[in-house]
Amino acid sequence: MTSQLSSLQKYPGGGEGGRAPQTPAMLMRNVIPVLTVTAALVALWYAAVIPMNAQWAQDQARRAGVELTLPTLVADTMSQQRPRLPAPHQVATELWNSTVVEEMTGRRGFMNTGSLSNRSLIYHGWVTLSATLLGFAIGSALGIALAVGIVHNRAMDVSVMPWAIASQTIPILAIAPMIIVVLNAVGITGLVPKAIISTYLSFFPVVVGMVKGLRAPDQMQLDLMKTYSATGGQVFAKLRWPSAMPYLFASLKVAIAAALVGAIVAELPTGAVAGLGARLLSGSYYGQTVQIWSALFAAAILAASMVALIGVVQRATLKRMGMAA
Amino acid sequence: MTVLRDTGGVHWVGMTLAFLLAAGLGVTGDLSAGTLLLLLAVVMLGVLPQSRKGWAWSFAVAAALAGAAQALLPFATSSLPVWGAVIAVWLGAWMLVAQLADRPRLPGIPGRLQGLLAPLAFGATLLWLWEVVVRALEVPRVILPAPSMIWERILRSTDVLWVDFVQTFIKGALSGYAIGVGAALVFALLVDRSDFLRRGLLPVGNFLAALPIIGTAPIMVMWFGFDWPSKAAVVVAMVFFPMLVNTVQGLAATEAMQRDLMRTYNASWAQALIKLRLPAAMPFIFNGLKISSTLALIGAIVAEFFGSPTRGMGFRISTEVGRLQLDMVWAEIAVAALAGSLFYGLIALVERGVTFWHPSQRGR
Repeated sequence: MTSQLSSLQKYPGGGEGGRAPQTPAMLMRNVIPVLTVTAALVALWYAAVIPMNAQWAQDQARRAGVELTLPTLVADTMSQQRPRLPAPHQVATELWNSTVVEEMTGRRGFMNTGSLSNRSLIYHGWVTLSATLLGFAIGSALGIALAVGIVHNRAMDVSVMPWAIASQTIPILAIAPMIIVVLNAVGITGLVPKAIISTYLSFFPVVVGMVKGLRAPDQMQLDLMKTYSATGGQVFAKLRWPSAMPYLFASLKVAIAAALVGAIVAELPTGAVAGLGARLLSGSYYGQTVQIWSALFAAAILAASMVALIGVVQRATLKRMGMAA
Repeated sequence: MTVLRDTGGVHWVGMTLAFLLAAGLGVTGDLSAGTLLLLLAVVMLGVLPQSRKGWAWSFAVAAALAGAAQALLPFATSSLPVWGAVIAVWLGAWMLVAQLADRPRLPGIPGRLQGLLAPLAFGATLLWLWEVVVRALEVPRVILPAPSMIWERILRSTDVLWVDFVQTFIKGALSGYAIGVGAALVFALLVDRSDFLRRGLLPVGNFLAALPIIGTAPIMVMWFGFDWPSKAAVVVAMVFFPMLVNTVQGLAATEAMQRDLMRTYNASWAQALIKLRLPAAMPFIFNGLKISSTLALIGAIVAEFFGSPTRGMGFRISTEVGRLQLDMVWAEIAVAALAGSLFYGLIALVERGVTFWHPSQRGR
């Protein structure tokens, strides 16, 4: 999976650390186009809902022997139980109902039982998130350790790096089911198999980014350290590690998105009963399109907020290091 | 380089110890005399310092290693001498790989082939280790089949593998890839005409590209049915945004000075596009093509988990896992990995031809 390798190339400077503070005018300059495009996408979605669901509405009307006028047809396509394409507001309502409403008022909700309801997306999101975070933590630690080894040891450089790259040519997502089943067979169940898939997907971007970052100091800076007669450890702590920070955060963002995809796909095959992937699968079995879409959006929100969280940490760290203006 | 030689020393000490272990206990009859002789040859060749530099040395070590590895296989049981011999072969192979990687590059075609030697040697070692460990520990077939078993399976079921390959790769992944990439290219050209659109679409596209789009697979299966069109649709959705973002970025990659030059030539939009901006965008476009090539195969396989006709790689993987026929699953994985790597390699090859001027392609 060289995709991660290549997607790192999207961050040539290794992050947005050096961006100047935005004035309100500049903010508007960037925000307005984004809002426009988003609004256009939502409008497009609404427009697509009508032809996608019209067939079913027409069939129902013919069966009932009524003639549909255009306004009633449009209204019907927006509010079907099992639409081919649910309208945005249906998805939003389902998201709201299966999170806040379910936990506050549901029979099995948090307010009534003191534990998260197994019908709520908060519960399923948490199941997926915990596997993602575990895999992400192991993956980034492994990635950083490998990168440190690769940078400091030539033998590791020639032997480990090609295999880190080769390991990614195996379509791990495609064999996730097998890994899960095999691990189940040897008695490893629950969180760990999913976290292993996430680890596998997330260590690679971190290795690539950190090797690049730890090699970022140029010869002049390394020579300066030598004139200070710094030890290897000191060079690492005072020069290499700090200059790798922008690269680290850029690759962490890629890694956490990959880890989430890994956790979701890992939930698909084994008839997992909990998690966003399980919601997708059960939704597709029972034709509950609204459920599929809301699980999809829950995953999207999760991915976006985790990437944003890393962005916040990145900005704070780089600011303290004096690397951001 | 010095580090390599240092670890080299440690290597040979380790290898000699491992050999002595194998030899000392091997006298009891666990290992054949031939295996021990070949192992001894590996150690001796390594210890002779003056002959370390030449190609002949590498070939001799490789031959001796291959012989020892082959001779060791029938004796693979979980006993101390066997593990000693395995460690000796492993260390010898690592040494060989390090030597190959360290050798100065030959000019021309031999140089290119030379670049393949070290990874190939390493891959062969890995496969051999897998085989030996599975045999020695008697790992059950339903947990991890040995490479030899998988190879036999591939030879026995080429017809099934071919049908699956055509269904998933050619029909699902390739057609989706072509449609998605083509649509993204056309769309990028449209977006490029408006600065407003570009500023709005880049962040949104970047955001959408990071989402778990693979989750749309059940929806696509619902819309387009079980056969390959739904797989192609998932692939289109997966490759569209990475491709769009990369192309839009690439089209913006020219400098103001270069664009001004085009203006002084009185070049039209199309002329500037063809002569300046498309060529300048090529590195970005190929980056997108490479990202998309791996996404395409994964998308097509995973989409089959949500429903497919009774053929296809994803279908085969999920059903054979259920039947605990793991050798068939691994055969499919091998085909997928091979097809994916070849596809990627093909794009990289075209890239080298098209963007020969780019710094990343020069200096090789």
